[in-house]
Amino acid sequence: MSDEQKKETAPPSSDRESDAVKKEAEAPAPSGQAAGSAEAEPTTPNEGQSSPEAEKPAPKARPVKADKEEPPKAPAGESAGTGEAAGPAAEGQAAEKEPAAAPAAKAAPTDAEKEAKAKAAAEARAARASARAKKPDAEEDAGPKEPSPNQPRLDRLVQILKHELGEEAVAEAFINERDAHMPYVIVNSGKWFEAAELLRDHEELRLNYLRNVTGIDQETHMEVVYHLLSLHTKQEYCVKVKTDRDAASIPSVTPVWPTANWNEREIYDLLGIDFPGHPDLRRIMMSDDWVGHPLRKDYEPLDPEV
Amino acid sequence: MIRTEELLLNVGPQHPSTHGVFRIVVKLDGEVITEADPVMGYLHRGTEKLAENLNYTQIIPYTDRMDYVSAMTNNYVLVHAVEKLMQIEIPERADFLRLIVMELQRVASHLVWWGTYLLDIGAMSPFLYAFRDREIIINLFNELCGARLTYNYMRVGGVKWDAPEGWIEKVRKFIPYMRDKLEEYTDLVSGNEIFLARIRGIGKYDADTAIAYGLSGANLRCTGVSWDIRKDQPYSLYNRFEFDVPVGTNGDCYDRYLLRFEEIRQSLRILEQAVEQFPAEGETMGKVPRVLRAPEGEVYAGIESPRGEIGCFIASKGKDKPYRLKFRRPSFVNLQILPKLLVGETMTNLITILGGIDIVVGEVDC
Repeated sequence: MSDEQKKETAPPSSDRESDAVKKEAEAPAPSGQAAGSAEAEPTTPNEGQSSPEAEKPAPKARPVKADKEEPPKAPAGESAGTGEAAGPAAEGQAAEKEPAAAPAAKAAPTDAEKEAKAKAAAEARAARASARAKKPDAEEDAGPKEPSPNQPRLDRLVQILKHELGEEAVAEAFINERDAHMPYVIVNSGKWFEAAELLRDHEELRLNYLRNVTGIDQETHMEVVYHLLSLHTKQEYCVKVKTDRDAASIPSVTPVWPTANWNEREIYDLLGIDFPGHPDLRRIMMSDDWVGHPLRKDYEPLDPEV
Repeated sequence: MIRTEELLLNVGPQHPSTHGVFRIVVKLDGEVITEADPVMGYLHRGTEKLAENLNYTQIIPYTDRMDYVSAMTNNYVLVHAVEKLMQIEIPERADFLRLIVMELQRVASHLVWWGTYLLDIGAMSPFLYAFRDREIIINLFNELCGARLTYNYMRVGGVKWDAPEGWIEKVRKFIPYMRDKLEEYTDLVSGNEIFLARIRGIGKYDADTAIAYGLSGANLRCTGVSWDIRKDQPYSLYNRFEFDVPVGTNGDCYDRYLLRFEEIRQSLRILEQAVEQFPAEGETMGKVPRVLRAPEGEVYAGIESPRGEIGCFIASKGKDKPYRLKFRRPSFVNLQILPKLLVGETMTNLITILGGIDIVVGEVDC
């Protein structure tokens, strides 16, 4: 998530500028470049060049390398290294780029070229410095959060919860960009039952459909994730409730959404979270005399043979 | 005066009408059920625990074995969730193949339901008809991926096998054939007096109850709630095709029966359009890294399986294996309403109501 944000906040115009400069420096080896990167249009080299650069998650690293004056090989190596993390597109591009950069490095060492390169590097430094000067306010402009389309919904949800149940009801609220900008809110377990009733009955929300309940053992604590949907407005929210690992306990919402009944039993069975207020909390998957809760990360079977 | 006494009866785990290893403990007052307690877990294999030690591709075969009557949609929900998390685009041809197999699977699954449901109620021959026609779909799948039941067909980023030559043609030919047969089925069963007497007005509930119990699929739509994920939160290519979401009015077993029938018709309609628009050529696998390392984050993907909403929740810590994987299984969730429906019903209706919910025990227990 953070990688993506960095990518987006880096001003694209300055990237392209410095690329253009670098391109100048590498100009003496055009044949290798053109042969290697078939995709790069000879008339508009900037674009072909800048797209793999833009995929790079850490724009900060660039100035350091340019100062050492070994631009051709290093970027290729780096983008190959980060390619896997950045996703499939970046990997493909890195692979394409490598053969292009290698011949350029071989053709480099004449004096004139070195001079040109030094000059270009200086220019690039200047360009980057100005870009850096621009950067901070550009970041502020974009804001720490990309204005998510669901941000107003999340803000409203938090407002409702805090207004009805007090400030301490909401521990945290954020947008899960990976999950189609799902609004996430972490509710304090002490207020969860009241919050659940509110979510179901509130005029605006009417979250009458509990889609899914998941328990997670986060090793430091336990959490239960509720995916809620309103069949009136077709809007979705996700609520998380955290609890202590040793005495895991979260108020049951079975009286609010009867569908939680077996889901909570399953979570109790497999993760050992207690749900006070549940009408019939007992094991559902494992047999009644089972020892331990299998989905806990530190679970050791009592009898390894079974 | 006749002395009456409460009788505790174990139905299952080995009872043919429970469609697997599933048990209900019922308390009977004469012929009438006063209390019912479903007991499950006989088929619990710990899929979610196993998945934590497997990489994403290795989990796919396990999804086949959850709802073994509808393995294709199970495959899809997992790869769809991983693709959502990793933001992978898949090629159009792969998307088409996925959609076609999923809709074929829906038809096949509803046929199994239809056949076995009538068998439960006491009609033998529909079962044979249903399996005869399902066989065609199974053979199509066999040609496509070499398996008849556990396909392991989809991959993160696409599908494993491209359609062999002439395969699409066979699907095209299947559509009118199946339409024809549906008419035959309707003539044979749907208007039958005895059948109607057995299922009309049985296992009735209203929309609020259905929503509160989190029912999905035909179990929800039979009460008049129009919620089909294919329509309301389109995934794959469903927004490209025209189809209706049939809804019932009474919320009884008969409505659920009619709905599933209508859903077969709608699936055939989608199939017809999909086969027509099927791209002549193209890739079947998108660009995916060799090692699937999902970035840190959480994602939930829900799709419309023949039984309702099947969902997959993944919590990833940036490794090639999920930190926590949870399946929302429609059979498990839909089954919750059973004890409520059974109270006050007779033993014979137990079978009718249980069959009407349409469960697959492999999925209930997971």
